[in-house]
Amino acid sequence: MHNEWIFIAVFLLLAPIFPALALVIPRLLAPKKPNPLKSQTYECGVETVGETWVQFRVQYYIFALVFLVFDVETVFLYPWAAAFDQLPLFAVLEGVLFIMILVAGLIYAWRKGVLEWQ
Amino acid sequence: MSDPINAIRIWLQGLLLSWGLSDGVVAVILAVIGVVALSTFVLVMDILLVWVERKVVARFQDRLGPNRVGPFGLIQPIADVIKLLLKEDIIPRGADKFVYNLAPILALATVLLLWAVLPLAPTIFGTDLSVGVLYIVAVGAISTLGIIMAGWSSNNKYALLGAFRTVAQLVSYEVPMVIAMLVPVILARSMGLNDIVQSQSIWFIVMAPVAALIVLITSIAELGRAPFDLIEAESEIVAGFHIEYTGMKFGLFYAGELLHALTVGAIVSTLFLGGWRGPGAETYPILGVFYFMVKAFFLYWVIMWIKYSLPRIRIDHMLNFNWKFLTPLSLIVLVITAVLDKLLPRSNMWIYAIGMLIANLLIIWVTLQILRSRARRERQRVAQPGPIATPELSMAVLPSSNPRQQTTPPSNPA
Repeated sequence: MHNEWIFIAVFLLLAPIFPALALVIPRLLAPKKPNPLKSQTYECGVETVGETWVQFRVQYYIFALVFLVFDVETVFLYPWAAAFDQLPLFAVLEGVLFIMILVAGLIYAWRKGVLEWQ
Repeated sequence: MSDPINAIRIWLQGLLLSWGLSDGVVAVILAVIGVVALSTFVLVMDILLVWVERKVVARFQDRLGPNRVGPFGLIQPIADVIKLLLKEDIIPRGADKFVYNLAPILALATVLLLWAVLPLAPTIFGTDLSVGVLYIVAVGAISTLGIIMAGWSSNNKYALLGAFRTVAQLVSYEVPMVIAMLVPVILARSMGLNDIVQSQSIWFIVMAPVAALIVLITSIAELGRAPFDLIEAESEIVAGFHIEYTGMKFGLFYAGELLHALTVGAIVSTLFLGGWRGPGAETYPILGVFYFMVKAFFLYWVIMWIKYSLPRIRIDHMLNFNWKFLTPLSLIVLVITAVLDKLLPRSNMWIYAIGMLIANLLIIWVTLQILRSRARRERQRVAQPGPIATPELSMAVLPSSNPRQQTTPPSNPA
């Protein structure tokens, strides 16, 4: 059992090394001649005006919130699905009830107009 | 010697143990060797993908594609990599350097990590986690983070807009994907990917075609590929999140996207197309790898086909399609699969599969009917012209600007 997770741990440590290597090699090979014009923010030739980190639409945030609710709730369904053999019909219907609560949340968000993009 | 890779593994394990190393150390060494071998395999595949992608795009667009460097241009991606390695690395002023450099690494590393659990053959896989599907969902979500980091740290408005769109799009499409991935878990009674493949004596695409379609569509959206490429829409926000990236850093994003597309193909074929299953795969695992790659590349080709055939969709349509169509549909499919699973006999797989198929076809038919009636209503609404401007005002200012005031030619009753 623990062997499986050793593999994942090693992979987690090693996986970033391959792309990182690809970033280190250009450091040694590529030319480096920075100048102020070159490192300017790219905006198709126009000089950039004002702050970059502007205020953003609250809509993006609301979508992220709706996502959070749904994703956290569906994660709870995974053990339910994996243990399907041991479940009697009653437990399955309980799971369906749980999904219905999700649906109610979706309908609520829909009726509230959260899902409309203005 | 029907299974050379496992034979090497067992031989190596025996050799290391005979040197007097403890079990734990041997496990770690074997894991390191396994990770390096698997990553090399995947990254070599990635280099090949650059060629495949360019060649296939060229054929779709009636061009020849790369054909100068090596036979059929096969060496072209190597030349590309050398070029990218020699390019100057420009970091824009005001960029958050640490996050800026970390983002491309994350973009490729997370895709590599996905291959840890994909079973290439009955005995050839990185590891067989009992929570494989959950692992795929979790690790797949990190690549979203990489894109958001890239957009935020570049100190560029276009890049930031791309990152915003990422939040709205990638995060939204995660929901129906996670729900639809529950369907094969229910059918296989397990979250382990090898178990899921093993239980597909009848491919799950027969029992759950709707779920398979939803997973494919949402995965394309997760990739940020056309028709869902709003996060890097060239004509609107130049290149979105990777606008400020040059040289190899851009190359990593590019390689990551291509590899992600193939990985999506691999995941969908594992979940629905029977993974490594095929004649003789049990006795000769190498054949299993071959079948698996054929299926993955077929799906990759389908993804490319979609990418080069469909135009980009608008952001509100994109969100409506997800929240008002895919999410309810995936929930309905999940409920019907769950209930039907308990009602149908598991002992006879054929009756079970046909029952599931009929249920899915019914879902498709009802969905199409609803869509058709909605489209009809939408057409009627568009056909009836609403007031374009207040009649008195437009008549007073510009009498001819109101189209209803003009005399329409009798040949055109519309």
